[in-house]
Amino acid sequence: MKILVPIKRVPDPQTNIAVKPDGSGIVTDNVKFVINPFCEIALEEALRVKEQQGGAEVVLVSIGPKVTQEQLRTGLAMGADRAMLVVAEEELDPATAATVLKKIVEAESPDLVLAGKQSIDDDANQVGQILASSLDWPQATFASKVEFSADKKEVTVTREVDGGLEQVAFALPGIVTTDLRLNEPRYASLPGIMKARKKELKEVPLADYGVAGAAKVKTHKMAPPPKRSAGRKVETVQELVGLLHTEAKLI
Amino acid sequence: MAKVLIFIEHAHGKLPKTSLVAIAAGLEIAKKQGLDTAAVVLGKGVDAVAAEAAAHGVGKVIAIDDAKLEHCVADLYAKAVAGCAKQLGSTWVVGAATAAGKDFFPRVAQLLDAGMASDITGLNDDGSIVRPTYAGNVMSTVSIETPVKVVTVRGTAFDPAPKAASAAAVEKAALPADATGRMRFVSFNETKSDRPALTDAAIVVSGGRGLKSGENFTTVLEPLVDVLGAAMGASRAAVDAGFVPNDLQVGQTGKVVAPQLYVAVGISGAIQHLAGMKDSKVIVAINKDGDAPIFNVSDYGLVADLFKAVPEMADEVKKIKAH
Repeated sequence: MKILVPIKRVPDPQTNIAVKPDGSGIVTDNVKFVINPFCEIALEEALRVKEQQGGAEVVLVSIGPKVTQEQLRTGLAMGADRAMLVVAEEELDPATAATVLKKIVEAESPDLVLAGKQSIDDDANQVGQILASSLDWPQATFASKVEFSADKKEVTVTREVDGGLEQVAFALPGIVTTDLRLNEPRYASLPGIMKARKKELKEVPLADYGVAGAAKVKTHKMAPPPKRSAGRKVETVQELVGLLHTEAKLI
Repeated sequence: MAKVLIFIEHAHGKLPKTSLVAIAAGLEIAKKQGLDTAAVVLGKGVDAVAAEAAAHGVGKVIAIDDAKLEHCVADLYAKAVAGCAKQLGSTWVVGAATAAGKDFFPRVAQLLDAGMASDITGLNDDGSIVRPTYAGNVMSTVSIETPVKVVTVRGTAFDPAPKAASAAAVEKAALPADATGRMRFVSFNETKSDRPALTDAAIVVSGGRGLKSGENFTTVLEPLVDVLGAAMGASRAAVDAGFVPNDLQVGQTGKVVAPQLYVAVGISGAIQHLAGMKDSKVIVAINKDGDAPIFNVSDYGLVADLFKAVPEMADEVKKIKAH
């Protein structure tokens, strides 16, 4: 089985994000970048499938600036077999990213694409679904459990949806996007880091994919959200409930 | 002619608030752009929900009643909605940013060769759109560059569409023959609860890691939830620790809520949790750590041991309600 795992380089989720004064983007000085947490969960799941099934190959792919090599090396150190970086200095909109990934899927013919449900920068939650639709593949988003049939030809996915857990099944190839509770990603081990240095990390310029000017959505301005100011501290439960009753009139 | 097509999600034969918010957003787009509207309802046995949708100000309702649409399966639903949009010549397709909307709307956009903006919170007069990014730390202004535009709407961003003076007509339509899918619905394990749904409730009481166990959610938090007639929520930390089911999670990656009153109990206030509740009208925080970031957004903060304060609060509320 071949599993393709697209990953994205994003600011560390623990970082305090600040918008540049001119609204052209976020401040990136002194910001640590990491693998998008949902993508890391997707990679972990791919590695577990590989360990359980034997013989599987895990291929990492990212679209991003050249420094994304760092995140791909981390992924290789975690256990992915090889990696590919589509070098793009500017941010792509979800539809364009999905177009590039579609061409990679067509070239690599994976049985399964395991992706994060959303990246924590743009929060669009679109790429996996658009990719699936453009290939006319089935999808299971927001996965909290992924199980394969004995012949490995079908997958049953438990999904976190409104009001409970849903299970869907489909024959491969298909796309699964991960939610938070699918697994707990491993850390790269020292031997893993050593091995990763020798693994293939291929770079391809974005121009090779012919997607220039294809953006369907453009970002024009970023601004900080309206600030909510801290109210007051109360001393007792009686005071709190009293205020909710008389001042806020909510009880 | 219906240029703004609004997808209507339903559950248990009713429209949740999120669907009425999607209608409100669709009506606003139509008003700003001078277009007319239609709603589309999919499912098995949808007469009642189609009638309900028709009562909220849309131009007409298209109902596709088919056993194959009993469950919201992404590939089939996307083809049904995209097919409907093509037939009507829609230039906007609007849905709610619920689990279902997030799941299949990007496929609708792909099928229509349209750009999509997710989880939108505002519409500008020039046609640009506002949506939160970076876990709500940034408000991005975006434009969709394609002739057809697809959006999902954050459930807290617009007031639900009220009932209109008269009801629109409901037209029955058939599922297009080429609408086939490769996905198979297996099961749905619904979390049973008599409480209001998180995204519908006027009051939400959420617990965090400070509750220490799932049992404490039941014994300590639930009496307060119930005396307030509230929905119960939780922080990601509490869900990750297995205290409560995932669908109670409030936050950027869980549910986004904006009730009249939000009570955060034993929640420190991580960025991604704040992203899911900071638009609530009044926020109350109860936490023993006076420096917790949750106090930076709360209207009323109580620094106290929750195991003492929460039962006391339930008693106080009971007293007031008894008057």
